Amino acid sequence: MIRLSYTDRYQITRLRTLVTNIFSLAAGLVVISIIFLIAGVNPLFAISEIFQGSFGSMYGFKETITKAIPLILIGAGLTLAFRAKFWNIGAEGQMLMGAIFSTWTGLTFGDALPGFAIIPLMFAAGFLGGALWGIIPAILKIRYAINEVISTLMLNYICAHILTMLIVGPWRGATRFGFPGTDNLPDAAILSVIPGSRIHYITLILALACAAILTLAIYKTRFGYEARVVGENPDAGKYAGINFFKTTLILMAVSGGLAGLAGVGEVAGIHHYLGYPASVSSGYGFTAIIVAWLAKLNPLYTVISGIFFAGILVGGDAIQISLGLPAATVEIVNGTLLIFLIMGDYFLHNKITVSFSRT
Amino acid sequence: MWITWKAPSPNNFNPAADPGLMRMPKSRGGCPATLMKKIQRLEMEGISKSFHGIHANKEISLSVGSGEILGLLGENGAGKTTLMNILYGLYQPDAGQIKINGSPVRITNPMESILMGIGMVHQHFMLIQNHSVIENIALGYKDTPFFFPKIKIREKVASFSRQFNFTIDLNQKIWQLSAGEQQRVEIIKALMNGADLLILDEPTSVLTPKEIEELIIILRQMKADGHCVIFISHKLDEIMNICDRVVVLQKGSIVGSADTGKTDKKTLARMMVGRDVVFNISKEKLAKGQEILRADQIHVTGDMGLPAVKGVSFDLHENEIFGIAGVAGNGQRELAEAITGIRRIDSGKVTINGKDITNLSPRHIYDHGVSHVPEERIRFGIAPGLFLYDNAILKQHHLKKFSRRYFLKYNDVKTHTQGIVDDFKVLTHSIDNQIRNLSGGNIQKLILGREISEQPRLLVASHPTYGLDVGATEFLRHHLLKLRKQGSAVLLFSEDLEEIFELCDRIAVIFAGEFMGIFDSDDERLCEIGLMMAGSKRI
Ligand SMILES: Nc1ncnc2c1ncn2[C@@H]1O[C@H](COP(=O)(O)OP(=O)(O)OP(=O)(O)O)[C@@H](O)[C@H]1O
Ligand SMILES: [Mg+2]
Repeated sequence: MIRLSYTDRYQITRLRTLVTNIFSLAAGLVVISIIFLIAGVNPLFAISEIFQGSFGSMYGFKETITKAIPLILIGAGLTLAFRAKFWNIGAEGQMLMGAIFSTWTGLTFGDALPGFAIIPLMFAAGFLGGALWGIIPAILKIRYAINEVISTLMLNYICAHILTMLIVGPWRGATRFGFPGTDNLPDAAILSVIPGSRIHYITLILALACAAILTLAIYKTRFGYEARVVGENPDAGKYAGINFFKTTLILMAVSGGLAGLAGVGEVAGIHHYLGYPASVSSGYGFTAIIVAWLAKLNPLYTVISGIFFAGILVGGDAIQISLGLPAATVEIVNGTLLIFLIMGDYFLHNKITVSFSRT
Repeated sequence: MWITWKAPSPNNFNPAADPGLMRMPKSRGGCPATLMKKIQRLEMEGISKSFHGIHANKEISLSVGSGEILGLLGENGAGKTTLMNILYGLYQPDAGQIKINGSPVRITNPMESILMGIGMVHQHFMLIQNHSVIENIALGYKDTPFFFPKIKIREKVASFSRQFNFTIDLNQKIWQLSAGEQQRVEIIKALMNGADLLILDEPTSVLTPKEIEELIIILRQMKADGHCVIFISHKLDEIMNICDRVVVLQKGSIVGSADTGKTDKKTLARMMVGRDVVFNISKEKLAKGQEILRADQIHVTGDMGLPAVKGVSFDLHENEIFGIAGVAGNGQRELAEAITGIRRIDSGKVTINGKDITNLSPRHIYDHGVSHVPEERIRFGIAPGLFLYDNAILKQHHLKKFSRRYFLKYNDVKTHTQGIVDDFKVLTHSIDNQIRNLSGGNIQKLILGREISEQPRLLVASHPTYGLDVGATEFLRHHLLKLRKQGSAVLLFSEDLEEIFELCDRIAVIFAGEFMGIFDSDDERLCEIGLMMAGSKRI
């Protein structure tokens, strides 16, 4: 008889983490291959197309970096919230709110102010928007004990509908010939890109800086310490005189604020106007959850995992076109990988021994 | 193929967060029928287990038979809990085997051991705080029906409670219970499964003397019925009183064993610590200095929304240890929490050095020089998954010496932690270790070290010697006296009257949230302290 028994692993090395993650991703790819097979596509071809599409060409790689920008920003913010065990599923909404705030700022002041003034102002407004949308569930949780998973999730829809209402109603641009969407941002309010690509490098630099600063914040500062204590044991946090209200508020403001920054980047760097929610974001707020998870809640690692998942998004688009697969393919790929990563976590924390014995 | 469910980590202090506990399977086929026979004799042979290459257990062999109560003694970190966790299926031994009635068995998870007739009461509570008593019992019970589990089980628990004199409202939530009451829920849980072999890991550390007596009666009854019991305690009196035989562990190995009839406390203590232990320490006479704490007509509400402290007044001076004696659950916890800022004071006033600190935040009160060793230290005092050095500055991390502006000075923090670990002899392979990996007593030592190494003006200590071995207890009592000599004031909550009499200059007896009287420690009226603790006499 074969018996499996599980015991806790007491020490988890970096190498083991890396190897486990690689194996999890590989196992996920196997399952994805099966799905491709069922869909009648050669899986090896499809998977190689995904990576060809994202990392195999200069064009693809530039696109990958472009899409990694919001993923890194949002993912880094999420690591902070997740460390304090605040399950923020609302980054999508926080990002849209950032987009709304910055668009308003850009449209209102963009003609009057020069670029070096309006751009920081828009980023500030975007951060503020995301932060506001982030602290609502924080207050709901602390004051009224409302589960943050549900409130953050629901706030995504509320925000998406607010945005739709704005672009269909009062903010509909005169230049849109009646179609929903705001007017284009003034030139001063548009982020410049690396020539020949869509990489709005200011946001990219901002994202890398945020990831680095957050890493420092989590591991070296008093605030990061307090967030970790609260996440480990709220009762101990209270006993230690940590202000639970303040800590949660700040960390959700930061987490939401970073998502808001991502929203600014999308509007001012890519679209140049505010359109339907689905076109502004394409689900970055949700994909970033996987990004944060794969980074093992270390903001610095979100740079790597963000680029990886951006690659899958870009590659997914590529096979959608070249193999004629439905748009949901990317989501299936993403979801499957997330499930395998989470399962991999189990093997990371538990040692499994197999023993053979006669009954 | 058997796929076994994941055992909850024994060091996970928050069972609610551990889905493993919520997923106990109802019952298991697969268990060989021979094992279902009553346990007549249990043997452990050559058991070894190491963590990070350090032996927690080293070639341990012991056996216990039907109708026998075996005591397990040893310093903090000697490996008692590890050994019992192996028996309970939480850990797998690196070497050695377990035999029941002469035939070897493999226990890979707690459900298997429960089905074999082994029950265990853990050192730290494994109850789910937000669930009621009955739900917690149903969760660990092997015959819980799938549908409407509570209805069926309620009758069973009721009859059981009558038998063992268990008077807790089954609908109360665990967090509303005192530590002693939680312990009783754990005991009932183990007994309900009809364990043939009951393992009790420091079951008495949070029980009141009366509850301990009741537990002893239950254990005697079990012994008469032919059950086996393994009993872990640091209280030598109890071991001598309850057990037939004791086995002494030191650094993971057995260093001796004896029949309790043929040995005495002193010998056992020497076997355990390797030197003579002073049981009675004498304190020198000191004139009390200026007033530090004054509490004036304090009223506090308890968790259940009822008044818990009703108009308590006292003062406390430099060079003084003030003891509050009483049976647990009479307002001690609420009083300690009110003074240290964790709980709101409804009316009344508390001053430190003449400054009003009523209802200030815990941090402000700490900054006034008030340290606090809370009652449920494992629950309040640590962040289990963080490192020793993170935990060593809990509550102090905002102080200048540990932080500069927004940053923590981790180098200084680590030096400080190493200091506590050395002074208080915390057993750990390194300070880069998650605190959840320490033995129960060593966690206590780290918390104590953190709170009292800071030269507080006032130390509020609830049951400071809980879970400490005899050597550490001796050390701690000396340390409290040292604080007293250096001019600090100590407010000591304890149920251990011996400790109270030994250390305190003045003693108050608390009952139902009121003081029954305040006495100097040599006051003759204190011979009636038992009556006062029971509320039938007031002076
Ligand atoms: N999960 C673990 N990971 C690493 N080390 C561990 C773990 N569990 C126990 N240890 C170590 O094993 C040793 C024995 O611990 P154990 O809990 O068995 O002691 P104990 O005799 O029960 O002590 P106490 O009286 O303090 O409860 C300790 O040094 C402890 O640090
Ligand atoms: Mg122990």
